[in-house]
Amino acid sequence: MKLLKLLALSTVFGLTAAAANAATLDDVKAKGFVQCGVSQGLIGFSNPDESNNWTGLDVDFCKAVAAAVLGDATKVKYSPLSAKERFTALQSGAIDVLSRNSTWTMSRDTTLGLSFAGVTYYDGQGFMVPTKLGVKSALELNGASVCTQTGTTTELNLADYFKANKMEYKIVAFEKNEEVLKAYQEGRCDVFTTDQSGLYAEVLKFANPADHMVLPEIISKEPLGPVVRQGDAAWFNVVKWTYYATLNAEELGVTSKNVDEMKASANPEIQRLLSVKVKNPDGTDADNDFGKGLGLGPDWAYNIVKQVGNYGEIFERNLAQLKIARGKNALWNAGGLQYAPPIR
Amino acid sequence: MTLSYVRTIDAPKLPAPTSTSGLLAKLRDRFAPTPLSGLGTIIIALFLGWAFWSIFQWAIINAVWTAADREPCNAAGAGACWPFVQAKALQWVYGFYPIAERWRPNTIFLLGGLSMAGLLIPKIPYKGWNALFFFIAFPIIAYVLLTGGRFGLEAVGTEQWGGLLVTLIVAITGIVASLPLGILLALGRRSEMPVVRTLCTGFIEIVRGVPLITVLFMASVMFPLFMPPGINPDKLLKALVGVGLFSAAYMAEVVRGGLQAIPKGQYEASMAVGLSYWRMMLLVVMPQALKVVIPGIVNSFISLFKDTSLVSIIGIFDLFNIVQSGFNDAKWASAQTGNTGYFALALIYWAFCFSMSRYSQFIERKLNTGYTR
Amino acid sequence: MTDISQQPKSVPPPAAASGESWFYNPKIRGYASQIIVVLLLLWGLSEIIGNTQANLKKLNQNFGFDFLTQAAGFDLSTSLIEYSSNSTYGRAIVAGLLNTILVAVLGIIFATIIGFVVGVMRLSKNRVVAGAATLYIELIRNIPLLLQIFMWYALVLKPLPGVKDAYSFFGSIFLSKKGIVMPHPNFGSGAWIGLLFLIVALIGTWLFRKRARKRQDETGKITPVWLISIPIIILSPFVGLALAGWPLHFDYPELKGFNFTSGMTIVPEMAALLIALIVYSATFIAETVRSGIQAVSHGQSEASSALGLSRGMALRLVIIPQAMRVIIPPLASQYLNLTKNSSLAIAVGFPDLMYAGGTVNNQSGKAIEVVFILMVVYLSLSLLTAAFMNWFNSRMKMVER
Repeated sequence: MKLLKLLALSTVFGLTAAAANAATLDDVKAKGFVQCGVSQGLIGFSNPDESNNWTGLDVDFCKAVAAAVLGDATKVKYSPLSAKERFTALQSGAIDVLSRNSTWTMSRDTTLGLSFAGVTYYDGQGFMVPTKLGVKSALELNGASVCTQTGTTTELNLADYFKANKMEYKIVAFEKNEEVLKAYQEGRCDVFTTDQSGLYAEVLKFANPADHMVLPEIISKEPLGPVVRQGDAAWFNVVKWTYYATLNAEELGVTSKNVDEMKASANPEIQRLLSVKVKNPDGTDADNDFGKGLGLGPDWAYNIVKQVGNYGEIFERNLAQLKIARGKNALWNAGGLQYAPPIR
Repeated sequence: MTLSYVRTIDAPKLPAPTSTSGLLAKLRDRFAPTPLSGLGTIIIALFLGWAFWSIFQWAIINAVWTAADREPCNAAGAGACWPFVQAKALQWVYGFYPIAERWRPNTIFLLGGLSMAGLLIPKIPYKGWNALFFFIAFPIIAYVLLTGGRFGLEAVGTEQWGGLLVTLIVAITGIVASLPLGILLALGRRSEMPVVRTLCTGFIEIVRGVPLITVLFMASVMFPLFMPPGINPDKLLKALVGVGLFSAAYMAEVVRGGLQAIPKGQYEASMAVGLSYWRMMLLVVMPQALKVVIPGIVNSFISLFKDTSLVSIIGIFDLFNIVQSGFNDAKWASAQTGNTGYFALALIYWAFCFSMSRYSQFIERKLNTGYTR
Repeated sequence: MTDISQQPKSVPPPAAASGESWFYNPKIRGYASQIIVVLLLLWGLSEIIGNTQANLKKLNQNFGFDFLTQAAGFDLSTSLIEYSSNSTYGRAIVAGLLNTILVAVLGIIFATIIGFVVGVMRLSKNRVVAGAATLYIELIRNIPLLLQIFMWYALVLKPLPGVKDAYSFFGSIFLSKKGIVMPHPNFGSGAWIGLLFLIVALIGTWLFRKRARKRQDETGKITPVWLISIPIIILSPFVGLALAGWPLHFDYPELKGFNFTSGMTIVPEMAALLIALIVYSATFIAETVRSGIQAVSHGQSEASSALGLSRGMALRLVIIPQAMRVIIPPLASQYLNLTKNSSLAIAVGFPDLMYAGGTVNNQSGKAIEVVFILMVVYLSLSLLTAAFMNWFNSRMKMVER
């Protein structure tokens, strides 16, 4: 009966009736692509070009998930979402995973019915001002008008920061990022604030990038990462371990270029990452397949690294153009915060 | 008895009227019937002259006509940045529709245009067949051809559609869906069954009482929550449902106006010859009522066409959104890009809406011969 | 369209001649179809509610309005009531609602004035005046309002200077990219005397007007009521305040650092939204007014000019009062449209109801509750406007007799 109803409804709502029930992993496998929520255009994270090819760190993460689950990094469909509609879209099942520079906060984790699967980028909120303003520190901004996007943590941090430093400010917040940029360039406000990576990305779109500078202060912790619906442990694991696989690959020195040679590596950690069968002393093959636990094939991590690359490669590919250094996003053994549990 | 408010003394004699014939008199009558009016003429003429000159200067004289990127447009004193429009024009029409597959939207444009012309030009015969094609066959053809995925056509997801294509799809789906729905709602509102009447009236008034954005917002974010777990319609489809329901409520009121214009005798006569309710409506009342409200339908189509720009707020890349998102292209972002884009948009929307409103006036004049109000 | 001349191929046999089968009884059919409709509706509703509950449960969410008392944490750029990031979500929505009402009321007032002027202009004998009005109407009403809001926003911002070089009027009103800053009146104790004087002046004017009417009926003499009473109405609160020892002082705007402190600010977003709403709605009101005036029979204007009324007087005393009967119903729907269109404020970031609701939804994740509140509030606003216009309409009808 239920099935019949479902069938009837899916014919009525024909176009692409994607399933959004608890078993996202099965749905993704069945429909053959990952529906990924991304931004409406943020260079370095998720940005479409003239013919709608998406690039960026967040986009590469979607591709990595598709590579792990479907074995083909191109099997991704992108849903550009505004800051406002992103969580509702995920809640409603319109997308499978939200990879849209979204900040992990307690309330989002606990009350929205969502789960953050990791921190793909450690960021913090910064300020940008026109150089001619002569401001050197955010603490000199008392009384300034600040442009930002509505419906973000940025909006909330801003209120906290000025309150904590006993400064006044006037907010000018817009729905669309384009409007924020336009208003700031027109001089409607003195300061533009968003995640610091965003500041470096957006300045490229300015008519005169050289006229603007980023202030040194970082006023918040903005751990950005992929989000999935709560209560779907299998899918949560897939997304989480896709991220860990890119980190582990970098740590082990496995790149998209050498991954095939690395299959012959004697390093047991690499063997486990790439599910290389090891020979038992008696000559039989010992199973080394960690994809099984995720409900994926043995090549899950191989496909990620081969088709998308390890974390370091993804970072370089997308963020080097913004002149963003690894900083906190270096691996733990290089002084950063990126740390993945071992595969074993 | 004398009436206190009736004059008892003569009013002062007025000077002789000025001549009312001759060129000078004609000119005076048309441009300065009174001195104050003449002053108005001068002020308005000066203002219009100034406005036209500024626009002309910006759009033609100071405009940048050829450029490879934003540099020339960014120069001080530059006017409109037309190379931006040129570079983006195809994207504005098709969105991100794959270049190799663009013959499909082209075919749809052609088919729809021909069929619509056949419907709108009074002299062309076979209106009934044409309507049947436009309202039933054409949407199916358009759906199959545009989405693809069968008959050997490559599948093109709706997230790749955009620009004018999506604007037209939203507007035409809105009108095609709203006409039958609106007729049903209008009949329901005039029904003698209290339950049906209350429901239809309630629906019409609620939808007409809230802004389209809330309807779109509801359709886009809440619709999936209302569906059984597992059903998640396409984003564009959700917007179409929202727009369709919204315009149905407005269409219902237009149709109701037409129904009210039909003399009672027509109903009574049809009942007298023994027609059932639906036959009476289908054969007698509706053909007359719909004919009366054609201008109303065209007018609601004009507002629907303008309202399609609101789907950009829920993140659909219609013409408006795609033009706006182009401002952000690092290659073209300049001081004049935004102005040029808005100017071009205004021209496009204006051309569509103005020609439709002209058509509506033309048809109104034509129909007026048969129906005196 | 279907051909009118088409005739039914055959006349259906008279339904259920003598046997009176219950199946063909129109009454029973009516009841049955209504019951079916109700059942379908109930099924649909239960389906929707059940699905929503299941979906919400899956998301670990529950339906409820208790989130309205939580701290919002975000600021709004302009608010009529005291509002800060410490205020609650509920207060944010109320602040948004008040902004919506402010824009709607101001928009309705100015759009009506401009609409009437342009509508009359379009019928002017002066070709340039009529042409300009036609050009304005045909140009503006065929461009989407959303686009116009963006264009006005760009137009408003572009030519204005930064705060440091703000245009200054009388040293106390400043115009810059950050808006118009005006002195903020502050009323001390005793200010109620000023209000009292104003009320007395208004009542006095009303009585005076009544007497002047009577006098006109009796003697035919016209008293310039407004010429006398308007200055009195304007002056009376000041007289009252002076008597109370002037308990009024102004906070003058002062440039400190980045912005003007103290004083009242009209933000450019509101200016752009208001201008766009007024300019757009005025075209529709103008068309309504024009068709209303044209609906008044020609004899009326001929008769008034035969009586020696000037064209202005004829319009004011004879034509417009009669045209109002035709104008008011469509005018009411234009007012409704304007109120609903004010929700486009979201595009330029003016914190109206839709903006506040959207932000609350986004920060709290309560989509259903927020959309519910938005719908109910907009619906009530529409119903209020409609009720007011109905009342006004019935009044105009009485006057017209």
